[in-house]
Amino acid sequence: MNYLPLKGLTVLELSQYLSGPSAGLRLADLGARVIKIERPGGGDACRQLSIKNLWAGESSLLFHTINRNKESFAADLKNPDELAVVKRLIEEADVITHNFRPGVMSKIGLDYASVQEINPRIIYAEITGFGKEGPWKAKPGQDLLLQAMSGLAYASGNVNDDPVPFGIAIADILCGSHLVQGILAALIRRQKRGVGALIEVSLLESLLDFQFEFLTTYYSSRKQPQRSSVNNGNPLLSAPYGIYRAADGFIGIAMVSLQRLATSLHCEALKRFSQEEAFNKRDEIKAILSAHLVSKPSAYWLFQLHKEGIWAMEVMDWKQMKQQPAYKTLDMEQELTLYPGKKIITTRCPIRINGKKLFSSKPAPQLGEHTGKIKKDILLKTP
Amino acid sequence: MDLLEDIVVIDFSQFLSGPSAGLRLADMGAQVIKIEKPSGGDICRQLYVSDVMIEGESTIFHAINRNKQSYVADLKEEVDLEKVKQLLSQADVMLHNFRPGVMERLGLSYQEVKKINPSIVYAEITGYGTEGPWINLPGQDLLLQSVSGLTWLSHNSDNMPTPMGVAVVDILAGTHVTQGILATLYQRAITGEGALVQVSMFESILDFQFEVLTCFYNDGNQLPVRSAVNNGHAYVSAPYGIYKTADGYLALAMGSIPVLGRLLGCGDLERYQDSQDWFTRRDEIKSILAAHLLTQTTAGWLSVLEPADIWCAPVMDYEGLVQQEGYKVLNMELTVQTGNGLNITTTRCPIRVDGNMLTSSVGAPLLGEHNREIDARFSIK
Repeated sequence: MNYLPLKGLTVLELSQYLSGPSAGLRLADLGARVIKIERPGGGDACRQLSIKNLWAGESSLLFHTINRNKESFAADLKNPDELAVVKRLIEEADVITHNFRPGVMSKIGLDYASVQEINPRIIYAEITGFGKEGPWKAKPGQDLLLQAMSGLAYASGNVNDDPVPFGIAIADILCGSHLVQGILAALIRRQKRGVGALIEVSLLESLLDFQFEFLTTYYSSRKQPQRSSVNNGNPLLSAPYGIYRAADGFIGIAMVSLQRLATSLHCEALKRFSQEEAFNKRDEIKAILSAHLVSKPSAYWLFQLHKEGIWAMEVMDWKQMKQQPAYKTLDMEQELTLYPGKKIITTRCPIRINGKKLFSSKPAPQLGEHTGKIKKDILLKTP
Repeated sequence: MDLLEDIVVIDFSQFLSGPSAGLRLADMGAQVIKIEKPSGGDICRQLYVSDVMIEGESTIFHAINRNKQSYVADLKEEVDLEKVKQLLSQADVMLHNFRPGVMERLGLSYQEVKKINPSIVYAEITGYGTEGPWINLPGQDLLLQSVSGLTWLSHNSDNMPTPMGVAVVDILAGTHVTQGILATLYQRAITGEGALVQVSMFESILDFQFEVLTCFYNDGNQLPVRSAVNNGHAYVSAPYGIYKTADGYLALAMGSIPVLGRLLGCGDLERYQDSQDWFTRRDEIKSILAAHLLTQTTAGWLSVLEPADIWCAPVMDYEGLVQQEGYKVLNMELTVQTGNGLNITTTRCPIRVDGNMLTSSVGAPLLGEHNREIDARFSIK
């Protein structure tokens, strides 16, 4: 396989913001042609959503990050003529994604049943916030709100802290990833059986899936997993699991038996605890360890720990990480030229195929950048 | 028809990253066979977490490995290795998450396996890739969070670096390897060609941070600064965060500060008219908001904010969540049964296909439960 695995596939992306578009980005990096269908005037609302007020041309840097390697086709889906052109595109497409709230696509006439009539082999993939039934179906599918409602805010931080959300849009990212999985599996079936598929995911189901270890534990005990009161790393895990302050920085210590740890760090006070106490007395143990570790620099502790093969690493920020040969070896950064004179750096696809890293220098499209060309291509195909 | 009907996956992986990928493939219809060592099998079987166990076994092993089969083989014994090679010759996918070099020593590198089965999709997860100074370090979730800058994004600015309390690196690496496997299986369905798919936990956790890393790469390498008050996202303006109320907590996402001030009856907020200030003065704004929200119950605030289409939600723990109609209607709980009759409640696959939920009732396998059946089915000698 000397080419990208999804070469030859066309994806129509009616999705906005992050969840659906992150799925489109992955499909694009794996070789699909991804065409964003955007409303004239503003397009994907993410174009106007900046973080830290960073912009690149007319659109936010955020939009450029999520939508590189795609094309843009501007169409007003409420205008019958433009809708007819989009339907022509649907005839030719392999996959269509959207993340509108339930009911919106039916109103436009692009619900699954209608799209299936146009193209029975299509993979129709949709993201909702909370599914399509029940009292929450019309609620906004926003990442932080989903974290709040799904129990996830009780996983991070210490037990006496307020609920602590993940500082990254975890629900959007996971849900986009699940959508990709469903789409690709459906494409495999289509290749064998010639049938299309409806793939549905929701932000809430994706976040519950993410917590499957916690929820299985909860269903069995009916006890909420509690965060540790000292340096919580994961509510399900015993001491020493967590991040500790050293004299000059921080270190993460993962699973290790208490005796090995005590010996390696010369921490006498730890030796009186048996391994059976590592969970139930974890706060006490972790407090002792915390007091011990602040006395010396992180390099000293890491040397002691690594000498014994104990699972520990320095805590780094991005500047420190960027200096590491291990980071540089990854070649994770790639440069895109947005327009003459404007370059940005972003990350590449994390999957390697046949030993090759997947780079793509194609930047995010301007709104409607490819409308003319795509229309012309369709006209040529129309008998 | 199941999406992945007739796909056979030989899974050598342990713990969470690889096995979570195997679980997804199984739920979408693949036959997933865990190759386990005779003494104890997948280490995750013995990884007791919390104080909750299911009949003496780890709850999480059951969650991660349901809907799979177990085939015991000692890969250091020639007879067993030969059997596994016979299996591989008939498989569609092979998956492992050993450190670099282990599969080479066993004679199961991609080059070797390709000789047995040229059209196989060979997928591997490493901690830090296959080159560079860290390749022999353990690929462990907390440690990857530690080195990747991730711990500087959650919690408030005066808190220590705070890891995400769920094994997010494992889960993402598993998700990415699944994507790679499926994309190459699709191509194989057209051309018959196999492929090598490689994912590392390091690359996966960098990909997870792609939005904020791209800011960092392009803003002169400025490090993220977490909000001092109720941090929700280091790069997002007030009010984004979780707030304490008179009886619980309330989450507020993006929204206009003066509009919030008016709705909540908090006059002090109405003077923040310039939306730029919502970022640069977010700690000040969030302090005012935090003090005000303490004066009323969560339900009280929601009754004002929801009708005005403000992005808000109550904060729930599992006990609160599972009582909600919005949770129940998802039918997310799944009861599975193991080979010795044990019933376990866990969650189902989050993907729906053609309007159907994917709900296999097959529990995690006992160690070696399927050796005989698999030997017969694949004519292993």
